[in-house]
Amino acid sequence: MQAIGLETVGMTMRFGALAALDKVSVRIAPGTIHALLGENGAGKSTLVKCIMGFYHATEGGLLVDGKEARIADPVDAQRLGLGMVYQHFTLVPSLTGAENLVISRADAPPVIDWPAERTAIDRFLADLPFKPPLDRPVSRLSAGEKQKLEIVKQLYLGSRFLILDEPTSVLTPAEADEVLSHIRALCQSGRITVLLITHKFREVRRFADDVTVLRRGRHAGTGSVADLSDDRMAQMMMGDAPARPVLDRTGTHGAPVLELSGARAPSLSGPNGIAIDELCVRAGEIVGVAGISGNGQTELMEMLTRQRPLTAGRIAIKGRPFGATRAEAQALNVRYLPEEPLRNASAPHMSVAENLALRVFDTGPGGPILWLNRKAMIRDAQARIAAYDIKTASPHSPIATLSGGNVQRTVLARELDGDVDLLIVANPCFGLDFNAVAAIRGRLMAARNRGVAILLISEDLDEIFELADRIAVMSCGRLAFVAQAGATDVAEIGAYMAGRA
Amino acid sequence: MPRLEAVILPLAALIAGLAVFSLFLIGLGKSPLTFFALVYKAGFGTGFSWQNTLSRVAPLLFAGLCVALPARLGLVVIGGEGAIALGGLAAAVTGVWCGALPGALGLMLMASAAFCVGGAWIGTVGFLRIRRGVNETIASLLMSYIAIALMNHLVEGAFRDPASLNKPSTAPLPAALRVGDMPIGIEVHWGLGIGVLCCVLCWVLLDRTTIGFAARVAGDNIRAAQVQALPVGRLITGFTALGGAMAGLAGYFEVTAIHGAANASLVAGYGFTGILVAFLARHNPLAIIPVAILLAGFQASSGLIQRRMDLPDATILVMQGIVFVTLLLSETLYGRLRLFRPDRWEQRA
Repeated sequence: MQAIGLETVGMTMRFGALAALDKVSVRIAPGTIHALLGENGAGKSTLVKCIMGFYHATEGGLLVDGKEARIADPVDAQRLGLGMVYQHFTLVPSLTGAENLVISRADAPPVIDWPAERTAIDRFLADLPFKPPLDRPVSRLSAGEKQKLEIVKQLYLGSRFLILDEPTSVLTPAEADEVLSHIRALCQSGRITVLLITHKFREVRRFADDVTVLRRGRHAGTGSVADLSDDRMAQMMMGDAPARPVLDRTGTHGAPVLELSGARAPSLSGPNGIAIDELCVRAGEIVGVAGISGNGQTELMEMLTRQRPLTAGRIAIKGRPFGATRAEAQALNVRYLPEEPLRNASAPHMSVAENLALRVFDTGPGGPILWLNRKAMIRDAQARIAAYDIKTASPHSPIATLSGGNVQRTVLARELDGDVDLLIVANPCFGLDFNAVAAIRGRLMAARNRGVAILLISEDLDEIFELADRIAVMSCGRLAFVAQAGATDVAEIGAYMAGRA
Repeated sequence: MPRLEAVILPLAALIAGLAVFSLFLIGLGKSPLTFFALVYKAGFGTGFSWQNTLSRVAPLLFAGLCVALPARLGLVVIGGEGAIALGGLAAAVTGVWCGALPGALGLMLMASAAFCVGGAWIGTVGFLRIRRGVNETIASLLMSYIAIALMNHLVEGAFRDPASLNKPSTAPLPAALRVGDMPIGIEVHWGLGIGVLCCVLCWVLLDRTTIGFAARVAGDNIRAAQVQALPVGRLITGFTALGGAMAGLAGYFEVTAIHGAANASLVAGYGFTGILVAFLARHNPLAIIPVAILLAGFQASSGLIQRRMDLPDATILVMQGIVFVTLLLSETLYGRLRLFRPDRWEQRA
């Protein structure tokens, strides 16, 4: 048997005060497919990076093939037979498959004898269960063919333990099944051992032998897939159901504000487009859209800001078709809070005051204005810096010099000001510290209680459960499930997030 | 502090560039000290040298604006030379057609023609950028070659004055359609005054109006501008067109104040020196004024340097090139120097 086993012993990785990985021990038996499950930020990539030598674990050890191993960098890992296939392709698009294989070798000679290399590759491929096309440039291969080529490349480089980081995220379901069954065949023939990072329960169920679940950097459970139900795995992944909202929830739901019907748009990556058949947000209601990143949330946001044109269907606000022009957004009181506010909602080199004015700088009491009113801008900025507790040296400081939480407070102060009827928010608390998170969620809830309709697109289930009145799950570009927040639980939402049809 | 940074870094780059250029002079066996003394004497030393310098400033102001205005929206447009040529041609041809009109009206029409042709030429670059994603730097450079070829073709063909034998030109403008000197005691034509006025107006547009504010937002972060539904496409087309219109005016003054007709003299490299002007001025229209005067002084001195130091007149181009390279290198230093970030002074490890 060529396949090798691997074991991490009490692996801990600290970044400053944060323990991204806390005493995680995993044993992966040779010749098996071992799935690694967990939410975003659960520590999956940190664990894998420690194994591959990108990070050096603060504590803990690694056994490769039963022997203690010290891995200083990825070259060491490669020497021990550990290989990794990344989520995104690392092939050179303009070269053919065969050329990609040869140049990826550490010992590729300066002058390559192509006929001899080609014979060697053909001999190597002869006993593989599948053959990727070798003579076409990689740019002309399908995603499935590229993924197969990535795997063949690792075998060609002599890897006997493969880490696959969400290998099917860019594949259609049929391609995913094909690639994974080939991997399964390779494991069963004892050629390789696989650690499969995935979000998809279906793939774990069909292809993996064992599963380990991580939650918030800790080992949350492990076992044989045959012994675990989907619900049990979801529960391990999400933890116990979070405490019900502690934020005060008052007021009643009003008339529908945002309505999407039959909306279609192309997606960023992957073969499937975005299709939202029906989505409605009423006044005084927070609708949370849960989902694992890359399932169409970014595209949904872009559809709502009309950065991504619809191919069919319509978006209506208060019953009127909405084209997201500046005039319409101002007349209908529609506000946006995109994710990563410094990247998507601010002009980083302009001042805090100017960023606070970004939404209203060109409108005066009587309509559009030509002259910038700097005095009013500064006065207004000072008032809102105080009201929203924005920590900045002065209103004139460039917004890029502020901390993440203060950038988000600035954008929130801009977008929540005045009359708001609809607020569209994406991952508002991503990367913020505890206090900033509490402050921002409090503001959102207060806005809801004032009667604002809020669409909250978030990858953080805790946030969704804390804030939302109704929860929708987005999966593969579609709304897979909609329910009242009180009538569902984390396990059910988690299962739909993981792709349960 | 960021404002200080925007003054000190370009100045440091200028000095570093001149230092490297001094090494070049030493390599040629010439004294840098003599060189800079001569540059000072010929460019700024006497009343006559100031007159010589100031009479060269106007096209640099307009050409600098042609680069600076699109740059505030994040576009690097380097095709001012072509817009100058076409703007000059449009002014000359209009002048020939309306020779019978009163001078003021004729001059106005000529200026409008130059303004519109230059604006349309560079505006096309902005339009191609937003509609088809065509790289504006390459497009403006290539369109500049087309513009120069087009001007030469028309000057040697359809619009050629049969009397211009050695140097094909359009028909000479009547005296009434020549722009004269400003009444300030030295012989400097109106291009300088109008150029300074345009710089001030462009600064007001960028800094004091909501249109300029929107342009600065779009130039700083186009995603944020799109989420706020600012008219990004119209801003880009508008500001590139305005920049081109400024270059067109440079051609207008070259024709009506200097040459009296459109000919190959319009292609004198002002469009390219304008790139250096705009970058040294950090694309601030007000800063363009002193920078243009400085570079005009350098250019005014090239004749004297050629005679006294026996250096080719391209020496000044070598100096400009070296300064431009050091300036581009300095662009990578913004935000990296702790000197300009008092908030980080205490983090010294």
